[in-house]
Parts: sequence; structure tokens; C-alpha cells
Amino acid sequence: MKKFLSLAITITMALSLLAGCGNNDANEPAETNQANEPADSEGTNGEPKTVGLAISTLNNPFFVDLEAGAKAKAKELNVDIITLDSQDDSATEMSNVEDLINQDVDLIMINPTDSDAVKSAVESANKADIPVITLDRGANGGEVISHIASDNVAGGRLAGEYIVEQLGGKGKMVELEGIPGASAARDRGQGFNEAIEGTDIEVVARQTANFDRAEGMTVMENILQSQPEIDAVFAHNDEMALGALEAVKASERDILVVGFDATDDAKAAVEAGEMAATVEQLPKEIGSLGIETAVKILNGQQVEDMIPVDLQLVSKK
Amino acid sequence: MNKSINKLLKNKPLIVLLVTSVIISILNSRFLTWSNILTVLRQTSINAIIATGMTFAILIGGIDLSVGSVFGLCGAIAASMISSGTNVFVVVIVSLILGTIIGFFNGTLITFGRMQPFIATLGTVTLLRGFILVLTQGKPISTGSTEASAAFGNIGSGFLWSIPVPVYIMILVFIVAYYILNHTRIGRYIYATGSNEEATMYSGINTDKVKLFVYSVSGMTAALAGILITARLGSAQPTAGAGYELDAIAAVVLGGTSMSGGIGTITGTAIGALIIGVLNNALNLMHVSSYYQDVAKGIVILIAVLLDRKQKLSR
Repeated sequence: MKKFLSLAITITMALSLLAGCGNNDANEPAETNQANEPADSEGTNGEPKTVGLAISTLNNPFFVDLEAGAKAKAKELNVDIITLDSQDDSATEMSNVEDLINQDVDLIMINPTDSDAVKSAVESANKADIPVITLDRGANGGEVISHIASDNVAGGRLAGEYIVEQLGGKGKMVELEGIPGASAARDRGQGFNEAIEGTDIEVVARQTANFDRAEGMTVMENILQSQPEIDAVFAHNDEMALGALEAVKASERDILVVGFDATDDAKAAVEAGEMAATVEQLPKEIGSLGIETAVKILNGQQVEDMIPVDLQLVSKK
Repeated sequence: MNKSINKLLKNKPLIVLLVTSVIISILNSRFLTWSNILTVLRQTSINAIIATGMTFAILIGGIDLSVGSVFGLCGAIAASMISSGTNVFVVVIVSLILGTIIGFFNGTLITFGRMQPFIATLGTVTLLRGFILVLTQGKPISTGSTEASAAFGNIGSGFLWSIPVPVYIMILVFIVAYYILNHTRIGRYIYATGSNEEATMYSGINTDKVKLFVYSVSGMTAALAGILITARLGSAQPTAGAGYELDAIAAVVLGGTSMSGGIGTITGTAIGALIIGVLNNALNLMHVSSYYQDVAKGIVILIAVLLDRKQKLSR
């Protein structure tokens, strides 16, 4: 009995400790906000509003940047933000959105794990009369007020045109695709294939590596085994590109690697001359535009239902 | 009266659940709202149903690692059948039967193939993942927007007397499992096999049959959970269920079931699943950063198991 009691107390303490560190994290801006409230009300009117962000994963630098952008903007505009991580699982995403609804947030920003599976999460929010914005990936159902994303087709085209130019319009290449069905993967592939259409560039292998670095490496290793001649690789994101780069380096073959997203790792690889180029999405911009749009909606302003975010190509000068 | 209080105090998992819930409700006022309780129950139902089958497997001293893959495969098959307009009733039955067959196959590998349950089901994890990718071609299967899909969706997201349908299904699964384990012959055989397989065999019980039954049950409950999540999301993901076996095992162990078999109850598992569900929900409500959430869950699981373990050792 004594032993049990001591353990129960340990649990209590451990939990309150954890709750403590969580609260510090989330409430710090809230407290400062409340202190500043009378002076600072340029963002939302009156009480600071709360925006929930259900993000597909925080295990990928891109989405970590997206969240950072949103957080920074939220602080600037006096909005509280609650971020929940879906860990790339649609069921977790559903639970997270439900948890946000139960907290009565004023608006939910969803960065979906999958455009189809997010439908019922969006519908749940609709039912609770909470406005929804989607970031980066869209939703194939439910009522979404605004979708904010990079123009992935244009980005894919940018990468394709760069490769055409580098290869002189002729050669064999590999396309590493993202999570099948995800709109980012579809659009980037579409833009890229539009750009190489009509040239003498042939795609000899086209496989998915699920936006994952380790998978990018193994898939590329396998392709290198089976294809004697490869001039360039286009990966739908940098994680896969960096994985592929490792495989290419190990094979000691001379292959142009082009990624997408311009994460810090990829930019460093471009700077070091290992990777040829990457298309820079501006994840912080997506997050920050998300909050800006959210504030507009909460203030009753009209917003566009599709807000494209620009991209740029990063290559070594 | 005193006796029942004593009995309650002996139920460590329940006390962990209650203590955790009380602390959380003090820290966050939203936790004990009716809508949040329903949310927790609905979120828990998936893991709880898988964990029920897992309890059977662990009770006989085995384990079923393939539940996540069975979950994914049966969900994908249900989704593709629904999208082609098949009757909901038929879809549910076919998916359940498929799950049961896969479970039976696991059982066959373990009994007649004389394989370790860990290894046998580890093999089927990969095998079934492969099947899922072949079937879905790596793309999510949407249930579409036909009449059948709307009816199917109700299984996962519908309400009956303002309580979510999956909660009823979870309770039903608990009741059936409780009845089987406590009031039937096969239930007693399961405990006997887990406590001492050889002695059970020598006393004339066909332990192979018991194992086949147990793994079939585990396959069926995993399939049921897969159907529920597919109905809820309106779409089956090729990666659905990856890692779910770990949550199920955690629920079973939190519920006081011994990994070496023979000791454990369904009520324990129900409470174990609730502890995990409550934690997932509460950490979100308390705005704990997602990076700390896993740390917190790990700590609570370890403490709870340690608590239970210490008690058993001191007996």
C-alpha cells in the first residue's frame, strides 16, 4: 500500500511537471499578450483569438519551418496558436482536430496528411461552426474557407526547365515521387513533366519514396543497380533528394540531383556543390500567410479561396 | 463495503486512470466536458478493439504483431468494396472474415509451423503491408460518395442517442470478450494454456486449437478496428495502422496483463486503452508540445507498469 501510494505521488508529480513545461511553452506568449492587451490590438479586436494548427508532421524540417512562420506571425498579430502534430497519420489528425474543436478554438488551420482522409476532420469542424483554412495540401471535401499553398505546378516546371537547360535538352532521368495521391506530389510531377515534354529527355525510372530520406536512398540504390545510364534525378522533395544523393555518392557516378523545398540541409548540399539545385518553397511564408488570413477571417473580412505562395530556384552561382 | 473498497484499491490500472483523470481535470477545465469525454471514448475505441484481440494473444503467452497490417489491409479492402457500391453489410462481413482468416493463418504458422509468435507475426506484418501496397497501388482509396459510402460512414462517424457508434461497438466487443474469457470453456483453456502449456496439453486439451482460436480473434478485432477507421475517415490509407500494434500492446500491459501469459483481464485492457486515450487527449488539451508528448506517454506507461510489477513481485 505504501509503495503504491509513493508511486501514485510520483505519477502525479511527473504529470504536473510535464504539464508545467507544456504550459510554459504554449502560454508564454499568451501571458505577455494579456499584459499588452490594452496597448496592442492591431491584430484581432479585443480578446486574443485562438487558432488551432493541425500539422501533418513535425518530424520534417519543412513543416517545422511552416509552424515557426505561423507562430512568429501569431505573436506579432496577438493571436494564440495551438499546434498539434498528426504524425503523418490520418486517424491521429482526426483526433487532433476533435481535440481542437473541444477547446473551442476560433479557427482551425489544417495542414492535411492526405487530401481525401482529411475530409471528415474538416466536416467535424464545419459542424462545430469553426472556420477552416488548409495549408500546403488541400482537402477534397468539407467547407474550407481558404487554401494557402505554394504553386507546386510552377515549382515543378521551374525544376524541369533547369534540368532541361543543364542537360542541353537530352538525357535519361529518374523521378522520385512523393506520397502517392498527395496533391503536392501530383502537382510537382505534373509541372516537371510539362517542362520536359517535347525535349529528348527520357524518364527511365519513376518511383515513390514517400517524401522520406531513407526511402529515397534505398529506392535510388535500387534504380542505380538497374539503370546503367542516368544523367539527372528530380525528387519531389529535398528529403528524398538528399537520400538519393547519398546513393549517388556511394555509386561514384556523376548525376545531377534536383530537389524541392530548399530545406537547410539541401541548401547546404547545393552550396557544397553536391546537389545541383532545389526549388525553394517558402514554408515560413505559408505559415505566416495562414495566420494573416485567419485574422482577416476572424475580423469578418473577405479572403480569396486560393492563395498561392511564390517559389524560387536555388542553385550554386 | 470494506471488501469492495479493498478490491478497488487492488485494481492498480483503474487507480492510475482515476488519478490521471483527476489531475488532468484540475489542470484543464475542458477535460471533463461531455463532448470531450465522448471524443476520448471515440478515439479510444480503435485501440481498445485491437487491444482486446491482443489480450487474447498475450494471455496464452503469445503476441500478435500483425494487427496493424491486418487493420490496414481490411480497411483498404472495405474501402475498395464500398467505392464499387457493394452493400455495407456484405462489406463488413467480408472484411471481418478476411481478418479472421489472416489471424487463423498466423495461428497455423505458430502451431503447425512451430514458429515463435513474435517471428511468425513479424513476417505477416511485412507480407500484408506488401499486399496493401499492391491492392492500393500506394494511393489512398476513397470510399467515394455513393449511398453505400454514406451508410458506411455512419459506422465510423454516426451517433446513436448522441453517443458515437464506435463507442457502442467497443463496449460490445468488451462484453463478448469478457464473456468468452470468464464464462466459457475456451476462456478457461486460454488461461490454462498461458499459465502452463504443457500441463494443459497433458490434461487432454488441444492447445493448438486454443491458439488457432486466439489468433483468429485477434485478426478479427484488428479487422473490425480497420473497418471503423476507414468508415470514419472515408478513405483507406496505404500506411494506415503502422505502429498500432505497439499502442495495443501498451494498453494490454497497462491493464495488468502479464506478457508471459496466464494473468490478465479484459477490464484491465479496457482501462489500459482508456489511460492511453486520456493521455493522448489530455496532452493535446494541455498544449504540451508534440515533442514532449511521446516523452510523457513513455514515462506514464513505464511508471504504471512498474507499479503493477512491483506489486506482483511483493506478493
